Amino acid sequence: MNNASEVSGTSPMTYGLGLVLGLGGLMGLFLVANAQDGVMAGHGYLFVAFCTLGIFWMVKRHFDEAGTPAILENGVNYNDAVIRAGCIASLFWGIVGFLAGLVIALQLAFPVLNLDLPWTTFGRLRPVHTSAVIFAFGGNVLIATSFHVVQRTCRARLAGDWAPWVVFWGYQLFIVMAASGYIFGVTQSKEYAEPEWYVDLWLTIIWVVYLLVFLGTLAKRREPHIYVANWFYLAFIVTIAMLHIVNNLALPVSLTGAKSYSLFAGVQDALTQWWYGHNAVGFFLTAGFLGIMYYFVPKQANRPVYSYRLSIVHFWSLIFLYIWAGPHHLHYTALPDWAQTLGMTFSIMLWMPSWGGMINGLMTLSGAWDKLRTDPVLRMLAVSVAFYGMSTFEGPVMSIKAVNSLSHYTDWTVGHVHSGALGWVGFVSFGAIYYLVPKLWQRSRLYSLGLVSLHFWVATIGIVLYITAMWISGILQGLMWRAYDSLGFLEYSFVETVEAMHPFYVIRALGGALFLLGALIMVYNCWRTMRGDLKDEKSALIPTQSRPATAATAG
Amino acid sequence: MADNKEVDHVSGVETTGHEWDGIRELNNPLPRWWLWTFYACCIWAVAYWVVMPAWPLISSHTTGMIGYSSRAQLAKTVEQAREAQSAYLTRIDAASLEEIAGDQELLDFALAGGGSAFAVNCSQCHGRGAAGYVGYPNLNDDDWIWGGDLAAIDQTIHFGIRSDHDETRLNEMPAYGRDEILTREEIDDVAEYVLSLSASGSAAAAAAAARGQEIFAEQCSACHMEDGKGDYELGAPNLTDAIWLYGGEKTAVVESITNSRAGMMPAWTGRLDETTIKQLAIYVHSLGGGE
Repeated sequence: MNNASEVSGTSPMTYGLGLVLGLGGLMGLFLVANAQDGVMAGHGYLFVAFCTLGIFWMVKRHFDEAGTPAILENGVNYNDAVIRAGCIASLFWGIVGFLAGLVIALQLAFPVLNLDLPWTTFGRLRPVHTSAVIFAFGGNVLIATSFHVVQRTCRARLAGDWAPWVVFWGYQLFIVMAASGYIFGVTQSKEYAEPEWYVDLWLTIIWVVYLLVFLGTLAKRREPHIYVANWFYLAFIVTIAMLHIVNNLALPVSLTGAKSYSLFAGVQDALTQWWYGHNAVGFFLTAGFLGIMYYFVPKQANRPVYSYRLSIVHFWSLIFLYIWAGPHHLHYTALPDWAQTLGMTFSIMLWMPSWGGMINGLMTLSGAWDKLRTDPVLRMLAVSVAFYGMSTFEGPVMSIKAVNSLSHYTDWTVGHVHSGALGWVGFVSFGAIYYLVPKLWQRSRLYSLGLVSLHFWVATIGIVLYITAMWISGILQGLMWRAYDSLGFLEYSFVETVEAMHPFYVIRALGGALFLLGALIMVYNCWRTMRGDLKDEKSALIPTQSRPATAATAG
Repeated sequence: MADNKEVDHVSGVETTGHEWDGIRELNNPLPRWWLWTFYACCIWAVAYWVVMPAWPLISSHTTGMIGYSSRAQLAKTVEQAREAQSAYLTRIDAASLEEIAGDQELLDFALAGGGSAFAVNCSQCHGRGAAGYVGYPNLNDDDWIWGGDLAAIDQTIHFGIRSDHDETRLNEMPAYGRDEILTREEIDDVAEYVLSLSASGSAAAAAAAARGQEIFAEQCSACHMEDGKGDYELGAPNLTDAIWLYGGEKTAVVESITNSRAGMMPAWTGRLDETTIKQLAIYVHSLGGGE
C-alpha cells in the first residue's frame, strides 16, 4: 500500500466532509432561529461555530499537508498528529475534571461554596466533574492511546484521512455541549448519561466513525494476528455504543428543544440505567483501560506479556460476565429478587476474570522488578494495576447483599469508585501519557523523571487520604443510619450523620487537592518535554527503557 | 502461527511466537489458584441460584429452595420490631397523656420514642436540640404561642399550624404596611412601643413609643391583649418576654408589622401513628418549658 497517496490529493471524502460541515452549519443556524429554549439556541451557535471553523481548518490543512514530509517508523507513516492532539486534550480535560472534583468536594465540606447561584450548585457541578473525568479525560486518553496502539500493533497507518480528526474534534464538541448543558440546567437525570437527546445523537455519530476508523485500521493490518490490547479496545467501543444507544432511547418534546422523556419508566428505567451505568464502568473504565495496560506495561517494562492463554480466558470471561452485574446497584429496591440475585452472583463470578488482567499486568514485570526503583513511569503503571486489583476485589465484596445493605448510599461507594478512578484509570493514563509525549514529539526522554516521581508520590498520598477518609466516613455513615437504642428506636437524626461526615469531607478534599497538584506537575513536565527541554538529572533516574532486558540485568 | 517461538531468557518460558511492535507473549499456563478460585466462585453462584430466587421464566421466576422474598423479610423484621415494643405500645395506646407522664416506666419509653421521632421528623426545622431558628420556635423555653401544656402540644402536632388539615391551628395577622392600614411612621412608632414592652427599645425613642402605645391599643390589643402578653387561644405571641420568633431587632419587628408573618407547620396526623404522636407530645413537653 502506498502511504503517500493516503495523505495527498483532494479525495471525494474531503468534498464529502466539507459538504457535511456546510449542511451542519445550516442546521445550527436553523436551531438558533427556531430554538425552544436558551440552551438549544446556545448549542445552535456552538454548532455553527464548530462547522465554520471546521471548514476553515480543512482548507488550511489541505494547503499545509502538501509540503509535510512523511516520517516513517517501521516502514509506516503513522498518523501521530491526532494522537498528539489527544494527549493535549487529555491533559487539559484532566485538569478541568480534577478541579471540578475538588470544587464539589469542598462544597460538601463547606456548603457556603455553592455560592447560592444556580450555575455553581453541587447538583450541576457534580455531572460536570463526572463527565469531565470519565468522558473528557478518560475518553480522550482512550481515543488517543487506541489510535496509537492500533497503528503500532497493526503496523498500519490509521484508516481514513479526515475520519480520525472527525472523531477527535467531534468528541470535543460533545464534551463542551454536555458540560455547558449541565451548567445551564439541562440534564436527563440519568447518572453518567446526563446529556440530552441531541447531544446523545451527536455522540452516536462520532462513535460510529470511531468504530469504523478502528475496524478499518485492523482490516489493513500487516501483522497476522490482532494484539490483545486491540480486543479490549474493540470490546470497549462496540459495547459502549450499544449501552449508550439503549439507555438514551428517548422521545424529544420538540425537535428544536432540549427536553426529552425516556422510553423507560419506573423499575425498568432503573434497571436499564444501571445496566448502562455499571457497564460504563466495565467497558469504558475497565476494558478500555486494560487495552492501555496491555500495550504500555510491556513496552515500558520491555518484557513479554506474562500469559497469552490467561489474556484470552480472562478477556472472554470478563466480557461475558460483566454485562450481567448491573442489578447489584439496585439491591433492596423495587427490583425483583431474582434480578438482584443474578446481579450479585455474576459480580462474584467476575472477581477472577477481573484479576486475570491484574495478574497479566503485574507478572509481566517479573524479570523487571528492579526497574520500579529507577523508572517512575513504570512505577505509576505498576501501582495502577495494583489499585485495579484492589478495587476489582472490593467491587464483588460490595455487591454481596449483606455488605451492600451497609455500604449502599454511603461514602464507601464513593471511596470505592475513586480507588478505581484515581488509582487505576488515573495512574494508567498518566503512565501512558508519560510514555507517549516524548515519543510523539520526538524527544529523547521526558523533561524530568524527578518530576514524574514527585507526581507519583503526591498523587499516591492524595489517593490514600481520599479512599481511607471515604472508607471511615462511609462505614460510620452506614452504622449511624442503622443504629437503634435499647428500646428499639433510631439513635440518630439524619443531620447528625451529615455532621459526623465533616472531618472526612475535609480530608477527602485535601486528598483531591494533592491529586490535582500531581496532575499540574505532570502538565508542566509534559509542556517542557513538548518544548524540547531536558532537565539535567542524576544518572540514577535515567530511564531503564534504554537498558536491554537480558538475563544478565535480571541477575 | 507459531513460527518464531523462542525461550525467554529471564523466565525460561517459551513465547507464543507472535510479536507486535516489539511486544511478545509468554506461553505461561493459567495460574492454578486463579482457575480454581474462578471455578469456586461459579460453583458458589450456581448453589446460590438453587437456594434463592434467581432466573426469570416466561411469567414468573425460579423461587429457590427456601422461598426467600425481600418483601416478606422486611415485613417480618418490622413485625419483630413492633413485637419487641408491643408491651409498651399497647399501654401507651390505652393511657392518656397525663397517665403516661405519671408512670415512670411509660415516661422513659415515651421520651426515647418521642426523641427518636423528633430527630427523624422535627429536627429539620426545630433543630436537633429543639432550639429552633429564625421563624422556627425554640421548644426549650417556656414561651408558647399556642399553649404549652400536654393537650395543647398534642393538638399542634396533630393538626399543625396553617397546614392543609381542616382542623389546623390558624390565625392571620394583618399586613399593616402592605395593606396600607398604617403608615410607615405609625408602624415605626408601634415597633418602638412593642420593643419597649420587653425593655428592648431605646430610651431615645420614648416619644415614638408613647405614640405607638395608642395605635397598639387600637390595632393590636384585640389579639396581643392590652398588656401585650398575647393569648394562646388566638395564637397571639407574648410580646413582653424578650423572646422573638423572627428576631428582636427593630427592623425585624417593623417587617413583622408591615408584611405580617405566617409560619407553617405540617399536620402530623395521618403521617405518624397516634402512638408516635403521643410520644412526641410527651417529649416536646419535657424539653424545658412544658406547662
